[in-house]
This record gives sequence, C-alpha cells and structure tokens, in this order.
Amino acid sequence: MKNMKYLLLRRSVQLGILFLYFSANAYGWHILEGTFGTSLLFGTIPLADPYTTVQVLATGFILGTDVLLGALIITMFYFVVGGRAFCSWVCPINMVTDLANWLRRKLNLDKEEVNYRFLKRSARYWIMVVGIIVSALVGVAAFEVFSPITIMQRGIVFGFGMGFAVVLAIFLFDLFGVKNGWCGHLCPLGAAYSIIGSQSIIRVEHDHEACTNCMDCKVVCPENQVLHMINKSSISVTDGECTNCGRCVDVCNDDALKFSIRNFTKNK
Amino acid sequence: MATTVQSVGLATLGGMLWSGYSDSVKASPLVLRPPGALAEKDFLTACIKCGLCAEACTNRDTNIDKETGKARVGTLQMAKGGDSLLIGTPYFIPTEVPCYMCEDIPCVPVCPSGALDMPSLLNEKQELDINKSTMGLAVVHKESCIAFWGIQCDACYRACPLLDVAITLEYQKNDRTGKHAFLLPIVQDTACTGCGLCEQACVTEKPAIFVLPNDVAKGKAGDHYVKGWDSKDQERVGNAKAEVTTTELSKKNVNDYLNMELEY
Repeated sequence: MKNMKYLLLRRSVQLGILFLYFSANAYGWHILEGTFGTSLLFGTIPLADPYTTVQVLATGFILGTDVLLGALIITMFYFVVGGRAFCSWVCPINMVTDLANWLRRKLNLDKEEVNYRFLKRSARYWIMVVGIIVSALVGVAAFEVFSPITIMQRGIVFGFGMGFAVVLAIFLFDLFGVKNGWCGHLCPLGAAYSIIGSQSIIRVEHDHEACTNCMDCKVVCPENQVLHMINKSSISVTDGECTNCGRCVDVCNDDALKFSIRNFTKNK
Repeated sequence: MATTVQSVGLATLGGMLWSGYSDSVKASPLVLRPPGALAEKDFLTACIKCGLCAEACTNRDTNIDKETGKARVGTLQMAKGGDSLLIGTPYFIPTEVPCYMCEDIPCVPVCPSGALDMPSLLNEKQELDINKSTMGLAVVHKESCIAFWGIQCDACYRACPLLDVAITLEYQKNDRTGKHAFLLPIVQDTACTGCGLCEQACVTEKPAIFVLPNDVAKGKAGDHYVKGWDSKDQERVGNAKAEVTTTELSKKNVNDYLNMELEY
C-alpha cells in the first residue's frame, strides 16, 4: 500500500467526481451538475471545458457568458495544478487506458517499444488543430461528435446505449494496438491541456543524488518522454505532457521524486 | 521536409473523413428538441452537450412519483450512441414521455450556451410562457384516426394542455348513418406547441396523431401566392422580388405537331 498513495487518491477523486455528476441527475444534488462540456459547481459557479468551448466558438456561434466564464475558470485552475491533471485525476477514460496499460505489463505485451512513423506523440496536436478546423467547416463541435471522454461520462450519468462500444474500442486499442495509444498519442483534449499546463506551478521534482537508476518510474509513466532527467540532473519535470498522476512518485523507492512547486527563479 | 508534407497530407485526409462523419451524424431532421431550442441547424452548433436541461427536467419539483416519492424518468433524454442523433444532444419521444409544459420551464434557464433561447419564450410581460414554445406540430392521420371513422373519441382533444385552442373539434354530419355526428380533431398550427401529450394519449395501436418537427410538418406557400383579402399576409410578401422569366417560343408552326409522328 505504501507505493499506491497517489494512485488511490487519484482513483478516489475520479470516482468521487463521477459520483457527484451521477447524483446530480439521479438524486437532484446541486454539487456538480452537467458534464465536462459545461458544469455547475454548487449550483452557481460555471465550469466549462476550454477545448470544447474553442470548438463551438470556431463554428461562429456566440456562446453564453456562463460557458466563457466557466472555460476561463477551468483554464486558470489547470494553469496552476498542471494541465493534464485533468487527464489523470478527473477523466474517466484514464481508468480505462490505465487498465489496458496495466494488463499490457502483466501480459508482457510490451517488450518492445514500437516507433510508428505517423503515430507519434505529436499526432494529438495535429488532431487538436484539425478538430478546430473541422468544427469551423461543418458547424458542429467536431471532437464532441465521438469524444470517448464525454461519451463515457454521459454514459455513467444518463446511460450508455451503444456508446459503450467507443469506450471498449479505446480499451482494445490501448491494450492490443498502440501502447498509450489514446491518451498519449491521439486525444486532442489531452493536447489542449498539455498546452494549458505547460507553465503550471505544481510539478514533479527529481533528486538526481538520491536516484539509484532503477527505472521503475519510466516503466509506469504513461508519458515517459517527460522523465528525460532521471539520474541525469536534479530538475523538475517541466513538460506540459506530464499528467501529474504521481505514479512515478509512488513507485520510487529512493525518494528521488516528489511533488513540489516549480522553481521559477533558478535552474539547478 | 518530406515528413512535414506527409503529415500535412495525412492531417488533410483525416480532416476530410472527420468532416464527412460529423456532417452525416448531424443530419437528423426527425427529432423533437426541448422548448426554446434554436432552429435544428443552429441548435446542433450551439448545444454544448452538458445535459443540464435533462437534469433539470428529471429533477423538477413536479416530477415526483407519488407512490415512491422519487423522481420519475424525465421528458428529456440525452442522445446516446445508437440513437442515430448527434450524440449528447437533448431530445424527447412523446410516446415515451411527452413534455408536460411546466410553467416555470426548468430546462431552459439552465442552458449555459444559448442553444435553448430564453427570450423566445418570454411573453409581453417578459415572463416565461411555455405556451410560446414551438417544439413541433401535431399532425392527424385521418385514415387511422377513429374519430374520422365516426367512432366517438376525443382523447387527444382532452389531453391537450391548450384545451380547445391547439386542438379543436369540428362537427360534421355522418352521412353513412344519417343521424350521427363526426367530432373531428383539428390541430391549430398557430397554437400547437408540439408537447406530444396528444400523441401519448391517442388510443390507436400506433398513434393517429403525432408530433413532427416544424420543418418536417409544415409546407410553405412562398411568395408566389398571397391572400389578397388579408393585409397582414400582404406584409409577408412585402420583400418578395419579381422574378422575370422568358420562355423561348417554338419556331415551328402550331399546326406542325398534328402531322408529327409521336414527337413530343
């Protein structure tokens, strides 16, 4: 249990948030209503997904001020706690892809890292931009047409229907297809949050003196390109693609990784 | 360089497939939207798919099951995969749960994006007025409506929340028996809100009265025709532009066709 502190905390937050959304519909609770597109916190504070908001704005529709204010609040929040903290602490698909990733390790499907020529981790930024262009062309928020994130969330709150197939497809793709395929390569929402969180204040910090080079952190990290400093230099993980999930902190037996405030003044 | 060109090319390919898919899933004209919804095309653009309207509908104070004390199923559903609608948008099916026309319209003020347009539901006193909603239009299929057979039935007339306004009864003599009357339900286009209570109340196996979206149910006379006796209707065609067309006259002699062999 010692090395599962952040994992358990994260699952509690994810399930807790989903339960609050579920209860808003099932029991009429006014704590967290709506879905990720737009939510109401405590019945008053609007929250909105920045990428969805940009897609709708790209269609030329002038959104209500609640959505714009909500998108601003969410952007400011993740600007502080790390953009992709959404991905690992809130997004329900994270549980699906983490399960696929865990099974991959258990089934030894992982021995070789495959380097796909056109499915690099940068593909998601292309998809993010294409999504905005398609929204403008077709006149409908394009990613929301098939986004497994909101399909899964709405599935839990309102019922899945055939939407379950999309979630299952993501699971199979991540398990038998590309390692970290959805969250690490394709998801445009994750790409948007990477950009929002690229300057975020809460970061994982590495202590190069304490590191014994066991590489456990790189095995569990879903974005292990961000851990390039392991046993090389004592700096923070500053890459926006880091999801602040804390798995590396959990598995590190040398206390060489911990959450800290980004050091803005000096570079060690 | 070559990689960049290939990336741009693949992005274009992906964007085209994506556009095609997005464009096809939004083409679903046979759907009833919540009160105050913008025209379908604008609604699909504006709706942010948050579900606040559906939650407000389910959890409204009036939606309590008197036996269990719990909320019943709401009118508004969120489109799921397999519903052949733009996923995540709210809609309702009258035969399952019609719109009960709540006076405070809980579903509309909560809409954060403006897809459900509150000003369109305000009356002269600037109060929310559900009777101003235009979710659809009820249509009677008279061949399957038993009132048109001569059997007495006024289920839809009585179920209508705008009793004797949105559906009126027209009395006609039943010539078959010579001594009975037809009580025919007639939907009044200007008053019908499309709530679907009539469709749910209809006694036939498959409802003979049903709600269609306005765009589907209504015809349009266009600018070529005007009620000459109605000054208001003349305003309607006020901006009509004259369309001058010329038909090329045939050069042939009018008598020629009599001698032609089947050459029309």
